[in-house]
Amino acid sequence: MFNNLSYPTLQAYWWIIVSLLAAILVFLMFVQGGQTLLRQIAKTDKERSLLINSIGRKWDITFTTLVTFGGAFFASFPLFYSTSFGGAYWVWILILFSFIIQAVSYEYRTKANNFLGTKTYETFLLINGILATILIGTAVGTFFTGSEFSVDKMNLTNVSDPVISRWETATHGLEAALNITNLALGLAVFFLARVLALLYFINNIDHDEIVKRSVKTLKLCSVAFLVFFLLFVGLLLTKDGFAINPDTKEVFMEPYKYLYNLIEMPIVLILFLIGVIGVLYGIFLGAFKTSGNGFWFAGAGTVLTVFSVLMLAGFNNTAFYPSTFDLQSSLTIYNASSSKYTLTAMSWVSLLVPVVIAYIWYTWKSMSKRKVSEEDIENDTMAY
Amino acid sequence: MEQFNIELVDWSRAQFALTAIYHWFFVPLTLGLSFIVAFMYTIYYKTHDEKWKHITKFWMKLFGINFAIGVATGIILEFEFGTNWSNYSWIVGDIFGAPLAIEGILAFFLESTFIAVMFFGWDRVSKKFHLLSFWLVAFGSNLSALWILIANAWMQNPVGTNFNPDTVRNEMTNFFEIALSPTAVFKFLHTVSQAYIVGALFVVSVSAWFLLKNRHVLFAKKSILIASVFGLLASIFVALTGDSSAYDVAQKQPMKLAAMEAIYNGEKNADLYAFGFLNDNKDNDNFKGIRLPSMLSIMAFRDADAFVPGINDIVNGNAEQGILPAETRMAKGRLAIQALADYNKAKKEGNTELANQKLQLLEENYAHFGYGYFKDKEEIVPPVKLTFYSFHIMVGLGLFFIVFFAWMLYASIKDKVGKYKWVLQLSVWTFLLGIIASELGWVVAEVGRQPWTIQDLLPVGISTSHLSVGTVQTTFFMFLVLFTVLLIAEIKIMLTQIKKGPEEGDSHV
Repeated sequence: MFNNLSYPTLQAYWWIIVSLLAAILVFLMFVQGGQTLLRQIAKTDKERSLLINSIGRKWDITFTTLVTFGGAFFASFPLFYSTSFGGAYWVWILILFSFIIQAVSYEYRTKANNFLGTKTYETFLLINGILATILIGTAVGTFFTGSEFSVDKMNLTNVSDPVISRWETATHGLEAALNITNLALGLAVFFLARVLALLYFINNIDHDEIVKRSVKTLKLCSVAFLVFFLLFVGLLLTKDGFAINPDTKEVFMEPYKYLYNLIEMPIVLILFLIGVIGVLYGIFLGAFKTSGNGFWFAGAGTVLTVFSVLMLAGFNNTAFYPSTFDLQSSLTIYNASSSKYTLTAMSWVSLLVPVVIAYIWYTWKSMSKRKVSEEDIENDTMAY
Repeated sequence: MEQFNIELVDWSRAQFALTAIYHWFFVPLTLGLSFIVAFMYTIYYKTHDEKWKHITKFWMKLFGINFAIGVATGIILEFEFGTNWSNYSWIVGDIFGAPLAIEGILAFFLESTFIAVMFFGWDRVSKKFHLLSFWLVAFGSNLSALWILIANAWMQNPVGTNFNPDTVRNEMTNFFEIALSPTAVFKFLHTVSQAYIVGALFVVSVSAWFLLKNRHVLFAKKSILIASVFGLLASIFVALTGDSSAYDVAQKQPMKLAAMEAIYNGEKNADLYAFGFLNDNKDNDNFKGIRLPSMLSIMAFRDADAFVPGINDIVNGNAEQGILPAETRMAKGRLAIQALADYNKAKKEGNTELANQKLQLLEENYAHFGYGYFKDKEEIVPPVKLTFYSFHIMVGLGLFFIVFFAWMLYASIKDKVGKYKWVLQLSVWTFLLGIIASELGWVVAEVGRQPWTIQDLLPVGISTSHLSVGTVQTTFFMFLVLFTVLLIAEIKIMLTQIKKGPEEGDSHV
């Protein structure tokens, strides 16, 4: 099945897989959104525990998706891995740092003699909630705005200084936060994560007051999300993009590149519109009908929207990780990918992804048949 | 290489070593305890005996505390290949990325999905599904070990790959050769079985402490019985797979073997240094202690008369044994690097004939490519004393564990576990010995293969990201402080939890 596919088809297939993983990751970052809402939504310690136990049953799926996204990106587009991670060093280190402190916080927060105290672990969760969403959004923003780096593979033969990927700013990635497009995307992801978290609370928690407060906060967060999201989309569709000349493989700036991509790939346009409508409908269900289904509509909408935005970055002769320092160093799905052999081998492995999604879905359903309540937490010796 | 580069390489290595060492404090316990807890729950499932439920829950809690910090320290390792080893990620990413991705898709999702069921599914899912989730967590964690160890084994023995001069990287040519290489198989079996020892030692240590305090006596004895069976089987298996691993090292990484045994001048009927100390001599008078005659030749080549090359043979060459001097390999390496540069230039200029000539030259010398980056032949020698002592202490502890578990099992069956107080006191500390042996194993594997990230292909010196030394120093100390704080928290929580003992009114157990 995969063995007969052409190299460019495999490269496109893997861009789709990686984009899908990224899209699912953004959806699952409702966990991070929830971590920023603990003080706002919960008024007592008991209520806070309820919130934490509700998202605490899902945090490691988000975490694992991030790790798998990293692994899949490495396996399929290693030049991105080496250039971006080693170059935009500080951005990635901060993101990782925030996930490290998250990973212990659920388990250690209420344990006796936990050295740092409950408040510290809750602060860790807050930090992760803010940094991970904003920085990942900002980092993805650079897929459209570019970064300052150069790549020269043949430099390996320069024995005294064999550097292949070189970042050209001393701030190593932090400069991305100064760009308004990146920042708009970062904040849109941040507020989207909060919106999704509030919808999740409505879906998952059996507690009238919490649901009531979630509905109220949802309205505010949705407005903030829409403002930043529309700002990002507006900037994206009006800006020059990093286009590839299909014949010479040369990268050049093309006005309205991403707008054209949207028009020239009608399927992506349709997915994008369905996605946005899904998110809006989900918000409507949550905010005005107090329906738990809002989470699923907004979640599915998020996946489609993010996925289609990433299609704009990598398809239709577009450089997905552009360099503003040296246009010809820009990464494309063609020059950054693994070999045909590796992509083929990994494509066979990718057939397991639906299996994974299926069992995650099944366990999610069986674990959430009944909503989480305060009594649950009190009676559960394993509770966080 | 320039001074600045060496410092960057050292700090990058220090950071990787730091994060790996911390991560490895927790992983063996996760791998081992996951199975032990699954066994315990299975007994509960079969017998419906509430005592086993409490026993399971107690060990499970400790498992959870350890698992969290294992996850926390693990994420950085995966991304560090990109953040700190950028050149590496391109030069071998075509091979190395795949196992990492497979690890995520196949193993991490199993672990993370079913661990939530394992912990919170007590009254939410059927007992059967709950039982299944215990086993899937154990299976998932061990499966993740498999893939990351395949990746590591490939760095030690890079099979199934070919250098592509157009993309300037090594590319995968045979997935199964990589996944099933003997190095990978032995490494996996050796590593997970030693993790089971650590898990078993943990259970014995904690239980012995309860026996010393005369608390939860029955619970402790039952736990020790399970752990001793598991531990004895594992420790015998570790010895066998360790022997196979050493044999594999002898074939693929002769310099590492020479460092492990501190053998400078190669010889036939080579002795194995059993117990003793090294001095600073760089010949075979470098050891005072007990030698086992011809044992090294037997271990390395299954033949008492076999020649085992020493460090001096590999550095200076040994014509009789067909070993090229390092300086010859360095010259050939430089030739290969230059040929790659010339090939590329000729290709750009459209000079196909010259390009083909250069390509042939590159292919002829590619086996020595990595050597071309060294300035001094001594650079190919790893730190000998560190490798030697790590190896010998590890082996000594490994042999001790066999005796220890055998006694514990015998004592459990004869109901003599609590009889000798000093054995219990010793038992409390055996967990630490397990962790030490486990970490030393990695020191042997990783320090012993220096200066290579990929054996013979890629030296550490040209693997790093282009960062300032200060940047890497900063993140090194960031991780040092963070991981140390988290470790303290983990130990405090763990000890408090152990002191509480099995809960829920089962103090009569």
